[in-house]
Amino acid sequence: MFAEFLQYLFSGLTAGSTYALVALGFTIIYNASHIINFAQGEFLMIGGLGSVMLMQYGLPMPLAIVAAIVLAVLAGILIEKLAIERAATNDIVPLIIITIGASLFLRGGAQFFWGKSIHALPAFTGNTPINIAGATILPQSLWVLGIGAVVVCLLAWFFTRTLTGKAMLAVSHNPNAARLVGINPRFILMLSFALAGALGAVAGAVAAPITLTVYDVGVMLGLKGFVAAVLGGLGSPLGAVAGGLLLGIMEAFTAGYISSEYKDAVPFVIVLLVLFFMPSGLFGSRATERV
Amino acid sequence: MRIKTLGAALLLALASAGTAAFAAPDGKPIKVGTFLSVTGPASFLGDPELKTLEHWVGKINDEGGVLGRPLELVHYDTSGNAGKARTFVKRLINSDQVDVIVGGSTTGTTMAAVPLVERSGVAMISLAGGIPIIDPVKKWVFKTPHTDRMAARKILKDMQSRGFTKVGLISGSGGFGQSGRTQTLEAASEFDIEIVADETYNNSDTDMTAQLTNIANTQGVQAVLNFGFGQGPAIVTRNYKQLGLELPFYQSHGVASEKYIELAGDAAEGVRLPAGALLVASKLDDDDPQKKVALAYKQEYENAFNESISQFGGHAYDGLMIAVEAIEAAGSADRGAIRDAIENTEGFVGVGGVFNMSPDDHMGLDLSAFRMLEIHDGTWTLID
Repeated sequence: MFAEFLQYLFSGLTAGSTYALVALGFTIIYNASHIINFAQGEFLMIGGLGSVMLMQYGLPMPLAIVAAIVLAVLAGILIEKLAIERAATNDIVPLIIITIGASLFLRGGAQFFWGKSIHALPAFTGNTPINIAGATILPQSLWVLGIGAVVVCLLAWFFTRTLTGKAMLAVSHNPNAARLVGINPRFILMLSFALAGALGAVAGAVAAPITLTVYDVGVMLGLKGFVAAVLGGLGSPLGAVAGGLLLGIMEAFTAGYISSEYKDAVPFVIVLLVLFFMPSGLFGSRATERV
Repeated sequence: MRIKTLGAALLLALASAGTAAFAAPDGKPIKVGTFLSVTGPASFLGDPELKTLEHWVGKINDEGGVLGRPLELVHYDTSGNAGKARTFVKRLINSDQVDVIVGGSTTGTTMAAVPLVERSGVAMISLAGGIPIIDPVKKWVFKTPHTDRMAARKILKDMQSRGFTKVGLISGSGGFGQSGRTQTLEAASEFDIEIVADETYNNSDTDMTAQLTNIANTQGVQAVLNFGFGQGPAIVTRNYKQLGLELPFYQSHGVASEKYIELAGDAAEGVRLPAGALLVASKLDDDDPQKKVALAYKQEYENAFNESISQFGGHAYDGLMIAVEAIEAAGSADRGAIRDAIENTEGFVGVGGVFNMSPDDHMGLDLSAFRMLEIHDGTWTLID
């Protein structure tokens, strides 16, 4: 009984830690601009598929991953420079739609240049499962969890302890006031896209040995990550992680204890209920709308 | 109007001059129509199919054509859209006046064309797997690929021969997985097998250990079968190994490609699955009738396109060759005569199996078209 419970928990943590990393990417751009970047899943794809492709050109894995991260950062900057900035609007909805367009573009590009086949990145430290009280977890899942933890700490430090991080929060609260005190909102926005690109690519590369990777891997993972971010409270790094893990664990427990047919339905219903009673998510700051 | 007619006449004259100058066979070309999903989500089907058709039509013409007349391939890309398929098939029949149709790629596009070919009386050899295409039998509609029902029966038969009576099933929620699940559940009792666990997963899921744990904990389960397509089965296989499950593990023909072994890695060791002869062409017995055909197709395709073969291109090869044999047997390109000859196809050795069509069987394959394989040391081994 306990071994089963533990196995479902591990299964949930494995899936949930990937959702959490994707959710963190949403958080950064949301914090800087209130834009929801629907190309976040594609950053993940660039990280995973890009690493595989660069390894095929003969790069060793660590170098390939770093190069793929650089690629995703470039993609993030280009989206901001060529699409978001050119739109010259502060209206959020058109900007969100632009990110959907960017995601289609990136997916199409990957399909064209890297092909449509599915690839697997080798696990960082082998495939021997770790056995804990009758349940098993792969070392790669621990990598995803560990890197998730490191990223949360770094982000918390960045947003609360560095000038740039604080500037980013300031821009999100009031772009005009931020400009008055000498912050360049354009630079902050570009920085947030670059950061989100890097973070997405890290998530993609570290999760690729588990999730496998293909040009459209970002679609579903991006959506789940978005749900996780909303569940945890958009804008809160801690909330993103909690939301991701919770979503993964709910899925696994539903599949294990209720029925795999309802695996996706039950968590989404719970998410709806949570948002109904706590509209700003589990860890979100209460929205203060000034009139 | 006049100019148009003149232009058309000129074009026709040029075209016939061209044919006369470059192709050995002369006379009016025999038109083979096709509508495939070359782009879009089903492009993995349509792309190798179209390449195969184009290449072999060219080859047949180089070798003198059919009945001394050249073949002409008329193609439209449906991009997997059933509505487009309808329009294109109408065009193939009415304005292109094709003599026989080979296509489409998917069950959806094929079924959209069925009413048209039935009404107009043109034989259509579909390259899609769905059972509704040939069951119930339709006068003008044929198909070459094996069905999910055959795969399920082949697997269940192998399980029965190993004495298994209680089997756990895990299937993908996509069309392929669900069709396979239905066929397995329907056929199981015929082989005295009880499906004791019935789990599903989404094709985009990244961890299936919860479902597998449930199956492993089911009382009396003796073997596990996974019906699915794409990355899902590879992840299920990895999870199976991660959990250290010792039960015999079966996959469907949906994973019958080198890609599966590459993705699942050493977790694929010992997995059994049914597959067409093409995958193991070089390992077949020398007296196996399919060996020569499958090997020849494989080499020709790989030389021409410098990419590895897929079963789907093989279905197109079979479809084209059955049509060509039928035209030769009929001795004319009359639509009705071609249909009758296709229905009389007997002992045609193709890439997908040995075809014996009849008025109640418009596919003509039996379970021998599938070979049972087991994965050993990262490669396929024939086990029957």
